Amino acid sequence: MSEIFGIPVAVILGQLTLGLVNGSFYALLSLGLAVIFGLMGVVNFAHGAFYTLGAFAALLGLQYFGINYWAALLLAPLAVGIVGIIVERLFLRHLYRLDPLYGLLLTFGLALIVEGSLHQVFGASGESYPVPDSLAGVLNLHFMFLPLYRAWVIVASVVVCFGTWFVIERTSLGATLRAATENAPLLQAFGVNVPILKAATYGGGVALAALAGVLASPVVLVNSHMGTSLVIVVFAVVVIGGMGSILGAIVTGLALGVIEGFTKVIYPEASNIVVFIIMALVLMIRPAGLFGKE
Amino acid sequence: MSAQLLKLSALNAWYGESHVLHGVDAHVNQGDVVTLLGRNGAGRTTTLRSVLGLVGRRAGSVMINGCEAIGLAPHRIARLGVGYCPEERGIYSSLSTEENLMLPPLLGPGGMPVDEIYAMFPNLEKRRGSRGTHLSGGEQQMLALARILRSGAKLLLLDEISEGLAPVIMQALSRTIQKLKEKGYTIVMVEQNFRFAAPLADRFYIMERGRIVEGFAAAELQGRMAMLHEFLGV
Repeated sequence: MSEIFGIPVAVILGQLTLGLVNGSFYALLSLGLAVIFGLMGVVNFAHGAFYTLGAFAALLGLQYFGINYWAALLLAPLAVGIVGIIVERLFLRHLYRLDPLYGLLLTFGLALIVEGSLHQVFGASGESYPVPDSLAGVLNLHFMFLPLYRAWVIVASVVVCFGTWFVIERTSLGATLRAATENAPLLQAFGVNVPILKAATYGGGVALAALAGVLASPVVLVNSHMGTSLVIVVFAVVVIGGMGSILGAIVTGLALGVIEGFTKVIYPEASNIVVFIIMALVLMIRPAGLFGKE
Repeated sequence: MSAQLLKLSALNAWYGESHVLHGVDAHVNQGDVVTLLGRNGAGRTTTLRSVLGLVGRRAGSVMINGCEAIGLAPHRIARLGVGYCPEERGIYSSLSTEENLMLPPLLGPGGMPVDEIYAMFPNLEKRRGSRGTHLSGGEQQMLALARILRSGAKLLLLDEISEGLAPVIMQALSRTIQKLKEKGYTIVMVEQNFRFAAPLADRFYIMERGRIVEGFAAAELQGRMAMLHEFLGV
């Protein structure tokens, strides 16, 4: 087998593929953050908590109600989306006229409450969700053996991300969303119920986070803090891609996962900080982000 | 035909702490074109925005087609059949021309079919794939007007639609307004350009410091020119 800089190509390709799996989660999560920020101006710090809630919903659904993986993939995001809509109606909508800092503080507080409560009830150890039988195999990619489930994560995330992009950029519902992002008061003066549109968008954005949580549940330990570390990286992804840019969030999410994987091969010690180094560089050169306008 | 489609009584409006409208009283009959005249800052744009609830706070009464709209949210007011064309035109840059046109939801029956709109504004059809803000100023103005015609609005609030347009475009726009009037639309215009507004309007109101100071019919225009000079310098 050939080598690059003394590292076997198979190892590099393997890490890149695993990076793509992480990138899939980054993309799904940053997509929701970008949509929410674009339309509502809310920096949703509770995003990681909704991701955690999605994973818990799947796990508890299985343990207590026998809801299988495929149903959970649909039901958990739906349930978490409804929770999101309730949060928007009860709290967030009162903050739109204020500085974005208030929304950030509110969602940060929410995240602490959710994670603290889960910790209290379920403890810190965590459990893993069984891989569904139909996805239990291993794919032989010749340079590596990729668990079928991880391949599924990549495919599902990419399909959902580009599906969301398609809805936003190519449909009339998406045109309404883009218009609301640009000038919401005028849109409301045309007869569009903008308050409901905002609530639904928040619900949809956090449902994407919950979907990522369900997808992640068989590959990570489901515990109360699974979202905490992830959401920090995801915020860096959104900053790099440009706040409010849909395509930017997707592409940057996937790309950073791959870059992280590559770093693990050539200099493992830096793999946890490479995203933040890139963020710092991007902020210095293009403060609006790679895909941001301004 | 003389039913009042819009009636403002003791309308007050605020932007934050600043009190902008101080008791506006005015009415617009069904099928009429009414023009609000006045200097910049007299409160004409705020009057239009207050009808739709696009100000910070408002008090008094706004009756639209017999419904009290003072406590309603903007989208509910629009659904009473109100179409709004803002001064800055409000064309969305992230939407194509066609998406801009199709953006407002249908408010009721009798919206102008898209074919008829494209017949009225052929340029919009030619450029329907372009970004809304890549159109010329005149085309953007046509688009801002066209999209509220498609929605089925019957009461059109038009803010400075002739502003910044070349004379030939302005003439085309004037013919369009004339056509809309013949079709029975009720129109409230805010106009700086007296020459544009004068031949179209059935009735004029003059605003000064957030109040209506004078209202008269088009037939009385000649006798009021001296006063108009005084208020507007036209």
